[in-house]
Amino acid sequence: MSGVRVLVGTRKGAFVLTSDAKREKWDISGPHFAGWEIYHVKGSPADPNRLYASQSSGWFGQMMQRSDDGGKTWEPVGNEFKYDGVPGTHQWYDGTQHPWEFKRVWHLEPSLADPDTVYAGVEDAALFRSVDGGRTWQELPGLRGHESGPRWSPGAGGMGLHTILLDPSNPARIFIAISAAGVFRTDDAGKTWRPANRGLHSQYIPDPTAEVGHCVHRIAMHPSRPNTLFMQKHWDVMRSDDAGDSWQEVSGNLPTDFGFAIDVHAHEPETIYVVPIKSDSEHFPPDGKLRVFRSRTGGNEWEPLTAGLPQSDCYVNVLRDAMAVDALDSCGVYFGTTGGQVYASANSGDSWAPIVRDLPAVLSVEVQTLP
Amino acid sequence: MIRVVLPFHLRTLAHINGEVKLRVEGPATQRSVLDALEASYPMLRGTIRDHGTLRRRPFLRFFACEQDLSLEPPDAPIPEAVATGAEPFLIVGAIAGG
Repeated sequence: MSGVRVLVGTRKGAFVLTSDAKREKWDISGPHFAGWEIYHVKGSPADPNRLYASQSSGWFGQMMQRSDDGGKTWEPVGNEFKYDGVPGTHQWYDGTQHPWEFKRVWHLEPSLADPDTVYAGVEDAALFRSVDGGRTWQELPGLRGHESGPRWSPGAGGMGLHTILLDPSNPARIFIAISAAGVFRTDDAGKTWRPANRGLHSQYIPDPTAEVGHCVHRIAMHPSRPNTLFMQKHWDVMRSDDAGDSWQEVSGNLPTDFGFAIDVHAHEPETIYVVPIKSDSEHFPPDGKLRVFRSRTGGNEWEPLTAGLPQSDCYVNVLRDAMAVDALDSCGVYFGTTGGQVYASANSGDSWAPIVRDLPAVLSVEVQTLP
Repeated sequence: MIRVVLPFHLRTLAHINGEVKLRVEGPATQRSVLDALEASYPMLRGTIRDHGTLRRRPFLRFFACEQDLSLEPPDAPIPEAVATGAEPFLIVGAIAGG
């Protein structure tokens, strides 16, 4: 019988939540790596039992963990992320140049075809790849070597490469996003990259339409339409229909277009979800109401989804990697909060219920649809 | 035998109960002790010393015989009592954070 496995990274460990396809009763496993920050856990599309986890600590640095049995047991793998060549410098908060320094892995993206190949987006922003199941990691230096690299600067949360989208129709094409540099695309499997930020407008940078420097929070893609991308920017929800060559704002009637997470329905490429957050100064939902907004028109027209979500006195945040969908019918939608709740909807967002309420602050949520 | 006491999270990571006992070839120094520790427990590489530079991570300290050895040169001899196993070499995490 099919089911789902929800992989949750938190400030103090990882949790694995499993259910059958009804998605009503859940088994909670964890904390795994108790006490460590788990920025991201993700499974291989080619082998659902192969999971990768980014485990980090201010004291002990970066660890990488791998599971070959769906998260029951884990094995530490390689944790050395060495920038290619002489690392060089990038722009620091005060405008001076600052050496690139590895801090942590923000996001893991396993290959669509090979369980032993996985990409890692790191802070300070760079893209690494392992082709041996995480034992060793090599930088794809063409990204950081882009001529704009010395102009990239960190957002308040650091300069992280937080989004990696693999084009299922073209193995040579990858999209990545960096806070606060923006979106980049490669069409030659990572050798060369070009910025993909035309159409973005950001008043918080000196040139609001600059080629790089935008604080892109997240981009999402439906696998059947890899040329269409959706973006939650620092402010503004955007879409592109030409693989990032140009972007148009689709914030429409959202109560606020600030936020972090964005995702696409598994079966409806024009149905998208965001969680509006009040502002960049107040990282909580407007009016104390936790609302997911759904657009069935690919943006511009949005409806609030509130059934089962707290509609008063709620002041949590939903971080950029903390929303995911399953591929069951009807599509399940999941998100985690900084208050430790993981909410699930088994009906495309029409109604919600918490799977768990009291985890540590949730950093990431991923979902595997199991055969 | 040299006795090493690790902080909780590193004991958990390396599946260690209690102290680690290490046989160190040649002079007993911070470097030779940590080299032996990492050879026995490869998953600890990068968690106590940075990869590449082998510098002590900022929020860890090395204590022994009621002394803070953290700022000693890595190739300086460690106290005789540690080298003989009479006293442990303590790797201590900073008391900080939430």
